Amino acid sequence: MKSYIPGNFKIDRDADKCIACEVCVRQCSYEVHAYDAEEDAVQADESLCTGCQRCVVFCPTEALGVQPNSNPGSKNQGHWTDNDRKRVLKQAETGGVLLTGMGTDKPYPIYWDNMVLNASQVTNPSIDPLREPMELRTYLGRKPDMLEIESRDTCPSLKTTLAPQLKLEVPILFSAISYGAVSYNVCESMARASKAAGTFWNTGEGGLHKNLHGYGNNTIVQVASGRFGVDKNYLDVAAAVEIKIGQGAKPGIGGHLPGEKVTEPISETRMIPVGTDAISPAPHHDIYSIEDLSQLIYALKEATNYTKPICVKIAAVHNAAAIASGIVRAGADIIAIDGIRGGTGAAPTVIRDNVGIPIELALAAVDQRLRDEGIRNQASIIAAGGFRNSADIVKAIALGADAVYIATSALIAIGCTVCQMCYTGKCPWGITTQQPHLVKRINPDIATERLTNLLRGWALEIKEMLGGMGINAIESLRGNRLHLRGVGLTDTELDILGILPAGR
Amino acid sequence: MKKVYPKEDVCIGCRLCEIHCLVQHSKSKDIIKAFKKEFPRALKRIRVEEKRPVSFAVQCRHCSDAPCVAACLTGAMSKDERGAVLHNPDKCIGCWTCIMVCPFGAIQTDKRGKRIVAKCDLCPGEETPVCVVHCPNRALVYEER
Repeated sequence: MKSYIPGNFKIDRDADKCIACEVCVRQCSYEVHAYDAEEDAVQADESLCTGCQRCVVFCPTEALGVQPNSNPGSKNQGHWTDNDRKRVLKQAETGGVLLTGMGTDKPYPIYWDNMVLNASQVTNPSIDPLREPMELRTYLGRKPDMLEIESRDTCPSLKTTLAPQLKLEVPILFSAISYGAVSYNVCESMARASKAAGTFWNTGEGGLHKNLHGYGNNTIVQVASGRFGVDKNYLDVAAAVEIKIGQGAKPGIGGHLPGEKVTEPISETRMIPVGTDAISPAPHHDIYSIEDLSQLIYALKEATNYTKPICVKIAAVHNAAAIASGIVRAGADIIAIDGIRGGTGAAPTVIRDNVGIPIELALAAVDQRLRDEGIRNQASIIAAGGFRNSADIVKAIALGADAVYIATSALIAIGCTVCQMCYTGKCPWGITTQQPHLVKRINPDIATERLTNLLRGWALEIKEMLGGMGINAIESLRGNRLHLRGVGLTDTELDILGILPAGR
Repeated sequence: MKKVYPKEDVCIGCRLCEIHCLVQHSKSKDIIKAFKKEFPRALKRIRVEEKRPVSFAVQCRHCSDAPCVAACLTGAMSKDERGAVLHNPDKCIGCWTCIMVCPFGAIQTDKRGKRIVAKCDLCPGEETPVCVVHCPNRALVYEER
């Protein structure tokens, strides 16, 4: 049948520059480009293009350009945008659920961009981080209600037994991205970068490949509703265990790794047969209440002999504050909150774009609620969901986060162009694919360097911002909302964020 | 001596090494001119072997005990002071014995003029051979082993 769906992209090939070297042909995993020997020219089938820009970046003569197809499909671009029409057409032609990848591209307000930071002037000195020590070290885990110190002879010592803590040199962790959704090389790169930068990466629900067990001290392992890859060894090698309840990109939805992606090593790591679909149910079938969650938390604490912090990750939803309170009371040492802009390898578009709340509001609400209830010390908060730069991170920490999870920005660092086609399994950048010839496109040596560089750059910037505020330790910024002011926000938004408007 | 070594596990088969090798051995050393204006076209001296997912670049290994040097009838193949195997087109008579004895298939025919051969010369004048410089995934390294 004739499809009524116009292509999303236009490919411009400058004939004067194209040398028909076929690099684009070989790089495109969607088979857009093809060499026509008769014409001695490379042709493109634009309808297949996903706009990933791989060909543009690799073209040695800069002969290629890939632009959004701006041909208006309808005169009414006010309400019926091209995207809306294309979605209707796609469903009219297939009758299926529309899938997508990465975080939502709907223009919800980005509150980070409506918050500004403070700096010292005259009355308190700013600090130059290049000349004076600046502390970014962060400990995640349950903090005691009080510290008891005993003095034997002249040497004081701590009497209180401290709960297990994760020690981070930067308040940034790599968020859960499962092996299966991404390639082994990506996992290895995150593991190596975590070790180099003194932070942690998260296995997601895909288990931990045996070759990466050596990075256990920098690994947070996830226990999700599918329980893939969970066994004694998995819990033993990890630094912390995370129970995944929800994910910002798809709150209330489970996961589905198609059987084609379940290759031999993934089957071994996830502990499921080769070629079978890996289905994570929407709920944990043993968790229907906070009491049930508490049982799993304590089961994991027992299993790890109370030596590892247990984290619970939820999607930011309407009642996040009350839910977080319950999670802390259930015994979680760390709570991770993933906002609506959080990414995914695959989710129904309608869920990704419409369910959940922005992380800024959820974070502020959760931090305030835990403070009001006097239990903020009992759990650390990790904020997640679309952190784009170090300023977002500093603002999150000022709003009350102990640390942040980054994933999309980490993938961008290693090549991702956010084309949102992860679910096809053909990622031309070698990230969300299991096809061996595409997996090779991520060289773990290069990717590790790039991830380490990103963390280093952001750490330097965070230090600069802290120094400007006259603060010499990230601890002093945590929950210090006086360092934030809102611009262009309503009274209600300011109230929820717990910040003053600029000028006051 | 430093040689170019391929790393099969990260070679992505893009063949940019081949393209830049050709440009380096062209008259203009300009990528667009080399492909579109220079005829006969310059020859690349590196070749990517590929059978997915395996791919890697092959070029002269500059063998310490080079069979091509021993077999060359005219002394066109010789080793320089570094140990690099170099080809002198002026002495070459195009007997192609070197092609037959090369265990790596790294020497190719050059039929552009008087039917001789062409091979990797490690890019004289360049600090690092251009194939290594332009490899986007560090699948070629230039090092001492």
